[in-house]
Amino acid sequence: MSTRLARGGRLINRRKAVTVTFNGRNYKGFEGDTLASALLANDQMLVGRSFKYHRPRGIVASGAEEPNGLVNLGQGGGFEPNARVTTTEVFEGLTAESQNHWPSLEFDVGAINTALSRFLPAGFYYKMFLHPRSFWKHVYEPFIRQSAGLGQAPKARDQDTYEQFNAHVDVLVVGGGLAGLQAALTAGQSGLRVLLIEQSAHWGGRAAVDDPLIDGTPAEFWIKTAVQRLAALPNVRLRTRTMGAGVYDHGYALAHERLTDHAPEAGKPRHRLWRIRAGKIVTATGMIERPLSFAGNDIPGVMLASAVRDYAVDFGVSIGDRTVVVTNNDDAYRTAMVLHQAGLIVPAIIDARVQADGALVRAARDLGIRVETGRAIARVKGGKRVTGVTICAHAGEGSGLEDIACDAVAMSGGWSPVVHLWSHCGGKLIWDEGLAMFRPDATRPPTGADGAGFVFPVGGANGMLRTADVLTDAVAVGASVSGQAAGDVPVAVDSEQGAILPVWLMPQGATLKLRQKMWLDYQNDVKVSDVQLAAREGYESVEHAKRYTTLGMATDQGKLSNINGLAVLSGAINTPIPQVGTTTFRPPYTPISMGAIAGVARGDLFQPVRKTPIHGWHEASGAEFEPVGLWRRPYAFLQGHESAHEAVNREVLNVRRNVGLLDASTLGKLIVKGPDAGRFLDMLYTNVMSTLPVGKCRYGLMCNENGFLIDDGVVVRMAEDTWLCHTTTGGADRIHAHMEDWLQCEWWDWKVYVANVTEQYAQIAVVGPNARKVLEKLDGMDVTKEVLPFMTSADGTLGGIAARVFRISFSGELSYEIAVPASQGRAFWDACLAAGAEFGIQPYGTECLHVLRAEKGFIMIGDETDGTVIPQDLNLGWAISKKKSDYLGKRGQERSHMVDPKRWKLVGLETVDGSVIPDGAYAVGTGTNANGQKNTQGRVTSTYFSPTLGKGIAMGLVERGPERMGEVIPFTKGNGTTVDVRIVDQVFYDKAGAKQDG
Amino acid sequence: MKRYSVFAVAREALRNHMGWERAWRSPAPKVRYDAIIVGAGGHGLATAYYLGKNHGIRNVAILEKGWLGGGNTGRNTTIIRSNYLQDSSAAIYEKARSLYETLSQDLNYNVMFSPRGVMMLAQTQHEIRGYKRTAHANALQGVETEFIGPGRVKELCPIIHIDGPRYPVLGALWQPRGGTARHDAVAWGYARACSDMGMDIIQQCEVTAVHQADGKVTGVSTTKGEIACDRLGIVVAGHSGVLANMAGFRLPIESLCLQALVSEPIKPCMDVVVMANTVHGYMSQSDKGDMVIGGGTDGFNNYTQRGSFHHIEETVRALIETFPMISRLKMLRQWGGIVDMTGDRSPIISKTPLGNTYINCGWGTGGFKAIPGSGWAMADLMAKGEPGPLAEEFSMYRFREGKFIDESVAAGVAH
Ligand SMILES: Cc1cc2nc3c(=O)[nH]c(=O)nc-3n(C[C@H](O)[C@H](O)[C@H](O)COP(=O)(O)OP(=O)(O)OC[C@H]3O[C@@H](n4cnc5c(N)ncnc54)[C@H](O)[C@@H]3O)c2cc1C
Repeated sequence: MSTRLARGGRLINRRKAVTVTFNGRNYKGFEGDTLASALLANDQMLVGRSFKYHRPRGIVASGAEEPNGLVNLGQGGGFEPNARVTTTEVFEGLTAESQNHWPSLEFDVGAINTALSRFLPAGFYYKMFLHPRSFWKHVYEPFIRQSAGLGQAPKARDQDTYEQFNAHVDVLVVGGGLAGLQAALTAGQSGLRVLLIEQSAHWGGRAAVDDPLIDGTPAEFWIKTAVQRLAALPNVRLRTRTMGAGVYDHGYALAHERLTDHAPEAGKPRHRLWRIRAGKIVTATGMIERPLSFAGNDIPGVMLASAVRDYAVDFGVSIGDRTVVVTNNDDAYRTAMVLHQAGLIVPAIIDARVQADGALVRAARDLGIRVETGRAIARVKGGKRVTGVTICAHAGEGSGLEDIACDAVAMSGGWSPVVHLWSHCGGKLIWDEGLAMFRPDATRPPTGADGAGFVFPVGGANGMLRTADVLTDAVAVGASVSGQAAGDVPVAVDSEQGAILPVWLMPQGATLKLRQKMWLDYQNDVKVSDVQLAAREGYESVEHAKRYTTLGMATDQGKLSNINGLAVLSGAINTPIPQVGTTTFRPPYTPISMGAIAGVARGDLFQPVRKTPIHGWHEASGAEFEPVGLWRRPYAFLQGHESAHEAVNREVLNVRRNVGLLDASTLGKLIVKGPDAGRFLDMLYTNVMSTLPVGKCRYGLMCNENGFLIDDGVVVRMAEDTWLCHTTTGGADRIHAHMEDWLQCEWWDWKVYVANVTEQYAQIAVVGPNARKVLEKLDGMDVTKEVLPFMTSADGTLGGIAARVFRISFSGELSYEIAVPASQGRAFWDACLAAGAEFGIQPYGTECLHVLRAEKGFIMIGDETDGTVIPQDLNLGWAISKKKSDYLGKRGQERSHMVDPKRWKLVGLETVDGSVIPDGAYAVGTGTNANGQKNTQGRVTSTYFSPTLGKGIAMGLVERGPERMGEVIPFTKGNGTTVDVRIVDQVFYDKAGAKQDG
Repeated sequence: MKRYSVFAVAREALRNHMGWERAWRSPAPKVRYDAIIVGAGGHGLATAYYLGKNHGIRNVAILEKGWLGGGNTGRNTTIIRSNYLQDSSAAIYEKARSLYETLSQDLNYNVMFSPRGVMMLAQTQHEIRGYKRTAHANALQGVETEFIGPGRVKELCPIIHIDGPRYPVLGALWQPRGGTARHDAVAWGYARACSDMGMDIIQQCEVTAVHQADGKVTGVSTTKGEIACDRLGIVVAGHSGVLANMAGFRLPIESLCLQALVSEPIKPCMDVVVMANTVHGYMSQSDKGDMVIGGGTDGFNNYTQRGSFHHIEETVRALIETFPMISRLKMLRQWGGIVDMTGDRSPIISKTPLGNTYINCGWGTGGFKAIPGSGWAMADLMAKGEPGPLAEEFSMYRFREGKFIDESVAAGVAH
């Protein structure tokens, strides 16, 4: 059984007990435990079920590479599925539940899949469930989905907050083991800005466990000193619990810091995402041990040898009373000796190598531990826990030589450098035959804009196994990234190691029966036989084999399984490992929370709400809002128990009869200024703006290069070299960018400046027959039609507030749009309301605005246009200069399809029965096209109930529309039937234009 | 070839699966083929398949520079829908969708087409009007869609947050027979069927030059030697510009990186596909349980298949607003693919300036759903030398005439 040893555990505080709950049972742990070590200390080895066969799963690792120990952690708003027990630090009150089983962890019905496993080999679902057809959606798929998936879906809203840091550093060092500490020390001495991050809560990495001598002191002491020295450097920042998640182009790196997961505290952010710009990135990410592929290697109790050692040294936890060590290298002997020294039994070390006589091997032998060389594990015995192993000759097929009783197996298949961050941005790998590992190829690094490499692997991550080599490498890399000469290297003493023997199958000639029990990917249940099947079926590319078998696609992304899997593939297709290659490494290194990716931009902060100076008044006055871009504009102002529709009707009639007030502040306002401004605007607009007299307004259309109408608005010439361009609300930023695009990329030598002053002014439209009276009451300037005729503008004051008044109209009524400084917007609005009270003034919203303009036949960008409409389609030829030699879109509008007489053109539409045509309706043509679709001849673009006329009115684009006045054609109603619609003039109200002067 | 079925699996189980045949052969190239298709993505393989199946042209090679299905076909988010606005789009996407309905049986390979329903959320008044318009258009095009209210949205997808502070859900365009399929299986299923018809799929074989005589194609150079052909089909997505260059013409295409990501797998919680175009993100849950998430393209042209992280941030933010529960999930993996974008965001299936050479590209961010229909139409074009009704409007010359097929009208995100 696994239990807490009487002594040891460098990371735990035995004086501080902590109680955690797992599957409803309480477990005692200590401060400093991980959830894994706490569970193991209480003999809870079984922690979950695998994905496909629902096999019992125990903990196999001690860090981020753990594939099995995943739990539903916490509750309610603090719930997290798929939390790794090996990296979850305990705190009082932690609760966790195991995943992927029903009804319980011990008795899981899904385990029937194990019995059926021979019917469920890799890719079985591609070959089955083909008939009957409808069964896939309704029967097979729901069943497969239900039995797949791991943790539960969170139900409650996330209770936590997240934040993001932007950091700019010269050197980012990822990994706080010996290599990272030393590289940071060396680089830090140069005075450069250095950030050193470590994913776990502790510094020192493996060395802290294996404890070699450095500079004559135990490694643990050296580590402590190194951290102190780093902390004393003002230019160096240190962060634990911060995982280097990804490396991107241009030295951009991502790190994920867990701030309160280990000690939840209300009010503090849970995670922090670091967005780092680094000049150079040093990856000191160490190595991960590989499992060995022998039959039954997935039975709980089989664990990585280094993990067994970690649990003993770091947490004072023994995995078993009797632990068989199985290995192909010297390092695992350390585990045997640690266990032996802790008073535990190591019945044998099974070493696949025929020769093994390194220093560690000799030391183990000297302790009296039985070492069996040239041997292998034929199979592990046990169900939910290891009960023993059968050993055999490694060179053979697996016939048993001896059974050894044990309750744990510590395995080591060698080590793989953690090359993820090196590879994310294109760093290449080479296969090191001698060390049996892929390591970074220093000659093919990820390169920055200058063509030079910007990622530097160091230590274990660079394929170094010995402490002395690691430190030498770290000093060299630390010096080179900070442009110094390498200084003194700490002197390390650790044991000489013998050569590794690559072992991809154990025993080497294992029978199919054994291979069907050798797991490569524990979580996804991919076995050696699955990869071999994939290869036989032609899925020979490493990507095909991965996808066909799902090898390496689990939550650990193949940290334990990938190399073993591709080695098996290499054997199966008889191609050397380096030619098989690896699958692509993608960020993040280990999964990071979505919450951290979103940061603070959630809820109200998701996207800022832009507010006009009058927004507060709207909110207090019954406004129903609609989002328009980032703004929220009042759709209508509801009075009493009115519906929105009733409110709109009232607002329309009030404008037509009395006077209405519109907050038009959201309209885009771009100032275009400079000696070439006129010429510039002549290119942007379809008509001529350079000839506009100062003080005059002109309606303008803007098209893109393809000729399509993209925006419209009134342009005012404010001075000889200054124009003010109004854009649509949604268009302000887009059109500003459009102007800058042309100025910066094409006409960079033109002397023009553009300033977006949209938010500098509040703009208020006073509209209706009584509009002039309101302004006259406000007093301050002459707004008579003689002094301020239609389409002119004047500066002055109104009601004591500096104002620029435009005589423009989007409703057909007498109308003034008045711009005042934003700070005066609310005061001016209030003044208008007060002055207008006796004239029946009422505010109106966007929907009323739409109805008013539709009654008058004015187009609206986004309604009459959709990116496929040219001004000519909208009968706006009058706003297109025939004289200009060029403007944006001119050539586009001359293309054959654009001048096709059959184009759909704008007309007014009226149902014969007076009803409102549904939004989006199409005019049905006769017959069907070659693809069997019903032919169409037009569509509605704007459709409203007109309170002024008491009936539905609409505009639409109809094939040859203007030539077909009076014709009645059917429009779709949306329910399979049609409504008869007459083609009419698009101006429904005041065709003569008598109203606009009041 | 031995057929796949539950009985075949049972039979093989008894002999430890030692009797399965290769899904596709791995032949050396012949000297000459009637037709060469460049690119063994979904579109290239489907083209070959229908050349054989519909037109009896089977002396065909499909040349792939990497591994088949390894381009965008193997990295997309697998949304299948046909609720497009313009007639010509709706026709080809609906053709594809309806072929997907029976594709597993047709190919004898389970592509896991799952018509679980696709909804596109309307979160502004403008979007409501746009989607209502699409619904009207779809009814005339024979595509089954419906505009549904927020109540129905919530019913179909309980994890959705209907009244978010920024953009409340006002309704949705709902296509009940849209859904997803397993992307790899689509490529593999077509590859197996093509190989079975005697076609040669040649992987690790990059085309490096196109040869011509008298204005007609005569063959290609590849990393596996020279190969002659009567007809050439170029179906290489993000690398279309490169191949067009070899064939001596230019294309109105830009190559951009489109990214996607998945969460760790969780138990089923979402039975439909949801696209939220105002906030720019979409999500579905795979059969494995992970949430499959995507957003928009990078703003600059490139070939790196990596992309910039701030797009991932924007997408995740958008989706946390829409599905607050994902805040406590973790991102497992992110990736990118190079998508081939035309000016009107619609594809090109076309004759080219070079005789007997045809191109199929421009599927951009949304061509997975089109694979069967596109292959069908492209095969028709290659077999007859003239486009049929499905392909006719997608000629590359439409840009010269201004005859765009603009879909951005209806959908900001066109996956
Ligand atoms: C992140 C992402 C998400 C997406 N989501 C969706 C979605 O949800 N729904 C949807 O419908 N679509 C989606 N798409 C789009 C879809 O993936 C593509 O439109 C579609 O897969 C394109 O298929 P293809 O066969 O044309 O291209 P690919 O699959 O890219 O195939 C082209 C092939 O050509 C090969 N090739 C290139 N050059 C050469 C050469 N010189 N010689 C030989 N071979 C060559 C390439 O190696 C590649 O295999 C998405 C795309 C991405 C990147």
